[in-house]
Amino acid sequence: MDLGKLIDDLAELYPNDRLLTNKAALITYESDALTSFKSSPAAVVIAEKQEEVVETVRKCHEYDIPFVARGSGTSLSGGSLPIEGGIVIALNRLNRVIRVDPDQRTAVVEAGVINLDVSQAADPFGLYFAPDPSSQLICTIGGNLAFNSGGAHCLKYGMTSNHVIGLKVVLPDGEIINLGGESLESVDSDLVGLFVGSEGLFGIALEATLRLLPKPESYKTVLAAYRSLEAAGEAVAMIVQVGLLPGALEIMDNLAIEAAEAAVNAGYPQDCEGLLIVELDGETSNVEYEFGILMETIDRSGAYEVRIAKDALDRQRIWKGRKSAFSAVGRLSPDYIVQDGVVPRSRLSDALAEIKRLGKKYNLRVANVFHAGDGNLHPLILFDGSEDGALQRAEDMASEILDLCVQYNGSITGEHGIGMEKRDHLPKMFDVNTINTMKTLRRKMDPQMISNRGKVFLAEVTQ
Amino acid sequence: MKPTTVSELRDFVRRKSRLSPCGGKSKTALHNGGNEVEEVELTDISGIIEYDPGEFTFTALAGTLLEELKQALSEQGQYLPFDPLFTDQGATIGGTVASNMSGPGRYRYGGIRDFIIGVQYVDGHGNLIRSGGKVVKNAAGFDLSKLMVGSFGSYGALIECSFKVFPKPKVYTTLQVAFDSLEEALDRLVEVTKLPLDISAVELIPQHDRNLLVIRLGGSAENMNARIERLAIVLGGGEIYEADEEAHIWDDFGEFNWVLNSDVLVKIPLTPKLVLELDKGLSDPFVRRQYSVGCNVAWVSWQKPIDDLDSHLTKLGLSGLVITGQVDNPRLGVKRHNSFSVKVKEALDPLNKWVEV
Repeated sequence: MDLGKLIDDLAELYPNDRLLTNKAALITYESDALTSFKSSPAAVVIAEKQEEVVETVRKCHEYDIPFVARGSGTSLSGGSLPIEGGIVIALNRLNRVIRVDPDQRTAVVEAGVINLDVSQAADPFGLYFAPDPSSQLICTIGGNLAFNSGGAHCLKYGMTSNHVIGLKVVLPDGEIINLGGESLESVDSDLVGLFVGSEGLFGIALEATLRLLPKPESYKTVLAAYRSLEAAGEAVAMIVQVGLLPGALEIMDNLAIEAAEAAVNAGYPQDCEGLLIVELDGETSNVEYEFGILMETIDRSGAYEVRIAKDALDRQRIWKGRKSAFSAVGRLSPDYIVQDGVVPRSRLSDALAEIKRLGKKYNLRVANVFHAGDGNLHPLILFDGSEDGALQRAEDMASEILDLCVQYNGSITGEHGIGMEKRDHLPKMFDVNTINTMKTLRRKMDPQMISNRGKVFLAEVTQ
Repeated sequence: MKPTTVSELRDFVRRKSRLSPCGGKSKTALHNGGNEVEEVELTDISGIIEYDPGEFTFTALAGTLLEELKQALSEQGQYLPFDPLFTDQGATIGGTVASNMSGPGRYRYGGIRDFIIGVQYVDGHGNLIRSGGKVVKNAAGFDLSKLMVGSFGSYGALIECSFKVFPKPKVYTTLQVAFDSLEEALDRLVEVTKLPLDISAVELIPQHDRNLLVIRLGGSAENMNARIERLAIVLGGGEIYEADEEAHIWDDFGEFNWVLNSDVLVKIPLTPKLVLELDKGLSDPFVRRQYSVGCNVAWVSWQKPIDDLDSHLTKLGLSGLVITGQVDNPRLGVKRHNSFSVKVKEALDPLNKWVEV
């Protein structure tokens, strides 16, 4: 390890304004969206070209200094938290949409391209990029694919991984390789599928070939208000039972509604304990037909108020409220932790009742926003960090919720990844042989463990 | 070797040095293990373990027949949207995953990689390794489940697979349109695939005297006529197929009934823009072929020396794999090994027990 030499070499590679080493400039990079974790990097480089990223990785490899790639820093699991004394490779400026090929319905983009910008580039051709994490206005494709991000439309459309067909990657030793290609099909092992969701432990994606879909011809977005969260959950079960496959099925509880309403005035029904957002999308004729079945089902489900988005603007407003819920909760509490465990859909109401009980036990308020269609919970545990022991209580409660998800045969993370936050919990989901297999894979790719060191696995640093 | 329990399989794996797992052996070209290689037949590790229609998921043992799965799902109005292949020929779910065999329905919602949510396999040490889980959304740990898709057993023997499923369309209707030239058929295909229509499958089939564009719509009976008419207007007419006659068309595709017994069946991943170039080597003399999944894969029934196709694919930068028939090496065209794939193999199979295809 020779940090001094590395910084000297980086200074030859980057102009002053793109190599940050002074304390004040580095503060911005100390955390990502999981703000309870902080760590100081030795330097941040702001790459504008792929060659710069590759050269930086090669130098880190040569001097044995750990690095982490960072897009917009929206990771909720601490995935882009710097490694103490390591290098942050900022990729926001690596943001070229290299090409959109409407005939093949693909886009080739660099890692720093913002999620929503892919859809914007595809829009003139009537196409779009389906994965829509709530942070899609700022989060980047590189982070999306490192963490296999989700969003509100995963049941029908899948996660990020389902929309990535090719990758250009720099491995932790600086070698550049291509995985996958332009076809949806393959006669080889799905290496793209392995790389996506590997949380930066196999290197850095420089470029991705993404699959685009024709924009749905029609949407019907319905809000249904219930007197209890359980009743909203029951409505989801009924919708699934009648054979519908909505693009989105979301639920918000009273506290989350209050926060979203205050933040963006989404027009959600007030005094509602459980708000269901259902969206049908597709060919107009199908959407119209399914809408009839949906409304009949919602009528039977005991909703006391039902609203239908009047137009595209109204639909946008509804989604803006939902997607801003996390940040809006900041209005209700100085601090909060977001969990993203998954339970089988049939256990949703059990899980919610249990979360309520845990809230009482730990004396903490919890706002619930979740992807009900795929059982992906998002309890927002509110606390005041200035209060003694409050963070610990919140973390203990979050941990109990994850245990619950494992107990219900679900997952500890639906879309945020393991990162720093859930390293303790990974061994609860997988046995020792499985974890060892994953670690072997990691070490084979990166024997020095310089690429995003310390994430996913406990005790990686010491080994 | 045909284990009836997982522990029997694990013991066997520990004792042997070269292994090759298989299911129903419907993909005949992929079972040339050679001498010294022990074949592990997983057809007795079979059965649906969990299926809760309300969850849109099931878990089945690797040797479970596709036929059994399709039947169980169909009884609950659900299906595997990627149209797994070779059902009537005894294909198993494990073999389908390992050989990455998605059918025409892959077009609408994605392929095996997009519906697999978890696996369990036995590695070369005889250990049970798990990946993913049983819920439809999951980002925990490396996604070894997807890695198993197209792995041909080269990392271990699949024991168990979990899948996401969808509600099955109540009815299907197919529109078949004939074009004189392949160019025109391809242009229309590209045009249709950009439209915001809920199309289940799009196949392009060159024949001796015409080129067929075959488009399938799935959904409800109530609005199907209007939808198919709309599609027919876009394409300037065509023949409409419904009910049993319609189902037959797609069953034939799924079983490759159009492939001659004396030929080998080759799978060639590609993109629409490469169709015309590939087709130049297949049209004179005439070769039976079908461009599937919106021209993302070509299925070719090949009779001539396999080296001819191999060099044609290499020139175009394409890869191919012989699926049925007898050949020395089923891999054709460009081989896609790189240091990443080599490291994956070394990490997951350090004893090099599992034979690669």
